[in-house]
Amino acid sequence: MEKLFKQISKTITTELQTGEHLGLSISGENSTFTRVNAAKVRQTGNVDEADLGFNLIYAGKRCSGSVSLSGDLNEDLSRARAELKRLRAEVVQLPEDPYMVVPDSQETSMSEKQGSIPASDDIPEKILPAMGHVDLTGIWASGRIYQGSANSAGGYHWFASDSFSLDYSLITPEEKMVKATFGGTHWDQAAYESFLDESINKLKLMLLPPKKIAPGNYRTFIASAGVSDILSMFSWGGVSEAAIRQSESCLGKMRNEGQKLSELFTLSEDFSSGFAPRFNGNGEVAPEKTIIIENGELKQTLVSSRTAKEYGVESNFASEGEGMRAPSMAVGTLKEADVLQALGTGVYLSNLHYLNWSDMIGGRITGMTRYACFWVESGKIVAPIENMRFDDSIYSFLGNNLEQTTDTAHVNPDVGTYEGRELSAIICPGILLKSFSLTL
Amino acid sequence: MDLNAILSGIDVRADWIGLRYVKENTGFRLVRDGNPEANSRESKQGLMVEVLVNGQFAYYGTSRLDRAGIQSAAEHAVRMATAASKFSLHSFGLEARPVAKGSYKSPYKTAADAFSPGELSDLLIKASSELKVSDKIVTTNAMARTVETESHFVSSNGSDVEQQYLMVSADYSAIAHAGSITQKRTDGGLLAKSFQKGMEVFNEAEVLDRCRNIGAEAVELLSAEECPTGTLDLVLAPDQMMLQIHESVGHALEIDRILGDERNYAGWSFVRPSDFGKLQYGSSLMNITFDPYVENEFASYAYDDGGLKAEKEFLIKEGLLIRGLGGMESQLRSGLDGVANFRASSWNRAPIDRMANLNLEPGNSSRAEIIGSVEKGVFMTSNRSWSIDDYRNKFQFGCEYGKLIENGKLTKTVKNPNYRAISNPFWRSLKKLGNRDTFEVYGTPFCGKGEPNQIIRVGHASPLCLFDSVEIFGGA
Repeated sequence: MEKLFKQISKTITTELQTGEHLGLSISGENSTFTRVNAAKVRQTGNVDEADLGFNLIYAGKRCSGSVSLSGDLNEDLSRARAELKRLRAEVVQLPEDPYMVVPDSQETSMSEKQGSIPASDDIPEKILPAMGHVDLTGIWASGRIYQGSANSAGGYHWFASDSFSLDYSLITPEEKMVKATFGGTHWDQAAYESFLDESINKLKLMLLPPKKIAPGNYRTFIASAGVSDILSMFSWGGVSEAAIRQSESCLGKMRNEGQKLSELFTLSEDFSSGFAPRFNGNGEVAPEKTIIIENGELKQTLVSSRTAKEYGVESNFASEGEGMRAPSMAVGTLKEADVLQALGTGVYLSNLHYLNWSDMIGGRITGMTRYACFWVESGKIVAPIENMRFDDSIYSFLGNNLEQTTDTAHVNPDVGTYEGRELSAIICPGILLKSFSLTL
Repeated sequence: MDLNAILSGIDVRADWIGLRYVKENTGFRLVRDGNPEANSRESKQGLMVEVLVNGQFAYYGTSRLDRAGIQSAAEHAVRMATAASKFSLHSFGLEARPVAKGSYKSPYKTAADAFSPGELSDLLIKASSELKVSDKIVTTNAMARTVETESHFVSSNGSDVEQQYLMVSADYSAIAHAGSITQKRTDGGLLAKSFQKGMEVFNEAEVLDRCRNIGAEAVELLSAEECPTGTLDLVLAPDQMMLQIHESVGHALEIDRILGDERNYAGWSFVRPSDFGKLQYGSSLMNITFDPYVENEFASYAYDDGGLKAEKEFLIKEGLLIRGLGGMESQLRSGLDGVANFRASSWNRAPIDRMANLNLEPGNSSRAEIIGSVEKGVFMTSNRSWSIDDYRNKFQFGCEYGKLIENGKLTKTVKNPNYRAISNPFWRSLKKLGNRDTFEVYGTPFCGKGEPNQIIRVGHASPLCLFDSVEIFGGA
């Protein structure tokens, strides 16, 4: 598809008329999805799709569009020309956009990550027998994901990556669960079976009689997977400069009222892991690392060029929505082997579920505990807990109540597939809290 | 595309083949603070090729629409079905894809192209201006979204269904700020005004009137008291009941969830197969219907994506759970009665059990009777926060705007109103149900579920409701 994108972008940009500026983007995938319930195949299939995006600027006005690509050059050029014609007819009718940014980046980049992944009709045989008699539910996703960007100034970027993931839950007859994701770029059958065995062993802990705990404030450890859910909230009404300026950010209190989080909390946008491309939809390349919160202080936000123009600040070439594409939280000193001892008596949370702002401006998040969550007494796991609702502010649990962070950052791949398979991952340690509010 | 000709030209060995072509144009316009923020149109088209081999379905969704591409997709799907059939969760037959012939078209008065891009932009700029009722309004947004969808389904056992939709969503919002207080009002919750209607939705006088009210209420909230904390009576407006029905009834009754398909993602359900016909879900006032034919409701249609004809059905009658939300595959797997709700978000996803129009039927109480019956309580409207557990039990929801109810009267405005409860006890505490005059229809484009993930449109309609003794609280 890279060849197709290059040919279309070259042809279409040479057909532009005087005064027109164009940004083009492509996103696509050829993916296999196999859905598993009770360690059997529930649904299976393949999706092969690509979309070509347009951003047309003319006479201080802007409009955008996208069309599906067929993979056939002549057909797709015809679709692209029709879309350009539609955009030309529309753009002149629109009001001027004072904050639109003419694409001027002439940078180029190319990244192709070849993987080694089982053929789609081999996947059931590769993944299902190892599940044995365990009740496993989840989703296998594999194949190529690609993104590209080109503009009328000559900028051009291409990023493609082969990968696979099996995101799954193991479930006991008493409906206690353990969650894990086995992912990578090169399939290794032995490594998969070993990883699965480890999960099955963890499930045995869930066979202990469950404990129901009362609402209240508890010493709590949240493992890396749960922390990644919390960090993902920073991309929704959080680190965006526009959101802060428009009074729709939980970090407004840091900017406007001087509030701080714990010195132990440092959050960066860090592309060095290579999971996600550094270029955005406009073909602008973000710095490899941007520190957003350093030792509890707000240092920087994510700023798109559009926001930069509107508010007179410097762009760091964030995406248009100014969400994090490569979140990374700094590690601390707590050894993972010492977590239970450091927790003492309290709650150990492996995963969280269905987070939402209960008060975005106040920084308060509500959500549920889920999967392997335990009651711990004197440094020993005593029992899995019944799921609890939490409702607490980042200014509390990532503030004075943040006691320690672990010394190991784990990679939590984004296995979301709403707009297609995601490329990103959240890299973070676990956190030990002096107090965390469980409410229902 | 002559889909029947393409189907007859496919050469593979399969027990059944289905083709579902979908073309969808989504227009989106957003004006922020009087300036254009987005003017976009996304145009997607593709074909879902589905086959049945040895009792196992498999699919190949492709945007390659030439004959060679479709033949290749079918061959690939057959290989996948064959390989997976050694590990099938359930062995299906043709009864999972009933023969369907028919068509559907959204009802509307004014076509999508009746407004030029310039005219719609002008209206949104005026709306943005009307929202800014004072200097305390720091951000305004006016948003319009139109979706035109064509779907054509044919199958080797004779199905031929064409459905055309026009769906319009709009939202107008204002953020007010003073000192350290920030408050936001929208038009009934984000994109709650989502309908199968035409551009008549953008009646200028009505839109501008609503915008002035939204702006005024955002400013009003700046000086409002915090919502009180306590166990109080709760009156919910229909725009919040939409979310309440969706999260604590709809998802819980999806049969694929009950059968465990979603346990790794959206979650399970507290409802068990044995509960149908036995579980008293709510008070005797509670009647929940799956109704695909409420005029202009967002998720109306004639056939689901498995070819099952859509009919109105009661899921909960006088509080008793009697039927689930499950299409033919779930009905065959579970033996439970279901509905025509086997739906895919587009051509690139396989259908699963989804809500469509899921409504709480109106009762007999007037608005005055409901408010008048409350000694101490809170009225809440317009959802702003939602979260519920994976069994659809423990929920916490927040609204944009509240009013105290004292001695049968609405009194002070309160900000940051929230409540939390557990689904069955909450619905059993439904003690007054509004009449048809209080009944309102809403919808949302954003119901997420499934692996791979799918966002789908749903509609919900409800009267005003009074719940007894609910845990209520304010903001941070």
